[in-house]
Amino acid sequence: MYRIGSGAGFSGDRADAAIAVVAEIAAAGEGGAIMFETLGERTLALGQIARGQDATRGYEPLLEDILTPILRPAHEAGITIVGNFGAANPPAAAAAIRALADRQGIAGLKIAIVTGDDLHGRMDIATAERWDGDGRLAEFSGEIVAVNAYIGARAIAEAIASGADVVVTGRVADPALALGPLVAHYGWDWNDLDRIAAGTLAGHLLECGAQVTGGYFADPGFKDVPRPAEIGFPIAEVETDGSFVITKPAGTGGLVSERTVKEQLLYEIHDPSAYLTPDVTLDISDVTVRQIGEDRVRVEGARGRAAPEKLKVTVSYHGDFFGEAEISYAGPNALNRARLAQQTIRERIALLGLDVRMRSDIFGTVSVFDADSGVMLSQFTGGPDGDYRVRFAFDGEDRKAVERAVADVNALYCCGPAGGGGVRQSVRPRVRTLSYLAPRALVTPSFFFLGEETA
Amino acid sequence: MSQTVTLHQIAHGRSGDKGNRLNVNVIAYEARHWDVLLEQVTEERVAALFAHRGATRVKRYELPRLNALNFVIDDALEGGVNASLSTDTHGKCLSFLVLGLEIRLPTETVPA
Repeated sequence: MYRIGSGAGFSGDRADAAIAVVAEIAAAGEGGAIMFETLGERTLALGQIARGQDATRGYEPLLEDILTPILRPAHEAGITIVGNFGAANPPAAAAAIRALADRQGIAGLKIAIVTGDDLHGRMDIATAERWDGDGRLAEFSGEIVAVNAYIGARAIAEAIASGADVVVTGRVADPALALGPLVAHYGWDWNDLDRIAAGTLAGHLLECGAQVTGGYFADPGFKDVPRPAEIGFPIAEVETDGSFVITKPAGTGGLVSERTVKEQLLYEIHDPSAYLTPDVTLDISDVTVRQIGEDRVRVEGARGRAAPEKLKVTVSYHGDFFGEAEISYAGPNALNRARLAQQTIRERIALLGLDVRMRSDIFGTVSVFDADSGVMLSQFTGGPDGDYRVRFAFDGEDRKAVERAVADVNALYCCGPAGGGGVRQSVRPRVRTLSYLAPRALVTPSFFFLGEETA
Repeated sequence: MSQTVTLHQIAHGRSGDKGNRLNVNVIAYEARHWDVLLEQVTEERVAALFAHRGATRVKRYELPRLNALNFVIDDALEGGVNASLSTDTHGKCLSFLVLGLEIRLPTETVPA
C-alpha cells in the first residue's frame, strides 16, 4: 500500500493543514507522498505578472509558510513533496525551497523542476481551436500575459524515479500531482489504462484538499461536520491494483463518508464517462464508494481509455478594469431607498457617458442567483423594511471610466437616498482567460534537478 | 397522498466551474428517492432555472451506482471566473439554486 496525502486544495488554503497529514503518513513508517494543488486559472496569470515585475517571484506566495513546518519531517520520513506551487516560475520556487532547506540545515535535498507547460510565443492563438467549455465567450484581443498547457504526470514520475525529494511544477493537470508519485512507486505501465485511470481518480479526489473530508460540505441539520476548524486533509491509501481508501489523519476534525466522497467525485466533472486528462480519459460511470470504517471510504471501479489527442491550453490576457462599490441601507423603507440608489447610479453612468458595463445587486434579496440583467431583483417582493446592502460592479477598458463610476457610488453619501452608509470601493486590473486545444507535438514536458541546469 | 418538498430535503450536491460552463451534481440522500430524482429533476427544469442567465444547453448524466445526477450547464456563468460581474464569479453557490426545486413525494417517503 502507498500513502499519498493532500496539503492544499487551492492557493490560499489553510497553511497548517499539511502538518497532520505528514505526521500521519510518517507514523505509518512506509514513506509516501504529499501533494499541493495551489494553481487556479487566475493564480497562474497573476504569477506571470509578478514574474514580469521581479524575476525571483511568480510562484505561490504562501510557499514558505506551507513548507516551513513540513519540509524536515517529510524528508526524514521519506515522503516526496509534489506541488504545482511553482506557478509561473518553478525555478524560483525551487530556489526558495533550497534556501528554506539550508536555513533548516537539511542537506542533500533533491529538488526537481518540471518544465514544458509554458507555450508563450510558441503557439499561434489566432488559428488555434477553441475549447468548447468557454461556450459563447468572445475572442479576446488583449495583450497575452501567459500561455500554459495542462501537462501530464510523466515528467513528475520520472523525476521521482530519478530520486527527487521535492518536485516543483507549473501548470499540470491537477490529478497528475498524485498519479506521478503512484506511477513512480508502483512502476505502472502508461498503457495500463485502468491503473492510470485509478491513479488519476485518486488525484481528482485529493486535489481539492478538505473538499473530500468534510470541507465545503456542512449544511447544518442536514450534513453536519465535526470540528470544522480542525478539518483533517485527505490521505489516499492506494493498492497496487489502483483501488484505494480515502481517509484522514487520526484526531482531526471533519469526516470521510460516502457523501463527502460522492460530492467530490463529481466536482468539476462534465461527462462522467470521459474526464479528459493528458494521461488518460477517465471513466467513472461504474465507480463505487463504500464506507468500510470510521472516516474510511473505499473507492474502486475507475476505467481508462486512451488520452485525448490534444491538450488544453489556457491563455491569459491583460484584461479590463474591474471596479466594485457598496453602500448600506437599513430600517424602515430600506429596500426602496436601495432601489433608488441603483436607479440613481444607472442614470449617472448614462449622464456622464461612461463606457462601462454595470451590474448592481442588493444583498439580502436575490443577489447571488440573479443575472446581470437584474431580472430576479425586479420581481423580488420581499421588504421593504430590512437590512440591505447595494453592490455595484463595473468593468471597462478605460481605467478612468471605471474609477469615475466607482467614485459616483461614493458620492451617494451626499447626493443619494437618505441614510446610506458604509461605502467600500475598489478598482483593480483584471486578467482574462480563454482556453484552446494544442497538438501534443507542441508540448514536450521534461524535468531537471535544481543545480544541474543544462543549457 | 403526496406532498411537496424542496429537493434540498432529499438530496445534496456541489457545483463546480470550468470556463463559462457550470456543473452541478445532485445526490439522493436515500436510495428510495433515486427514482424521484430521475423523474422530476429533468434537463428542462434545470434549464428553466438558468434561463435568466442565458444558459444555452443543459445535459444530464445519470450515475445509478451513486444515486447521483450530474448536470452540465453551458454559458451559465455570464463570463466565468475572470470576466463575470457577479459576486460569485465561480458559480459556487448555484448548487443551492438547483436544490431549491420543488419535488412531489408520496407522503410515506417524506423524510421526518
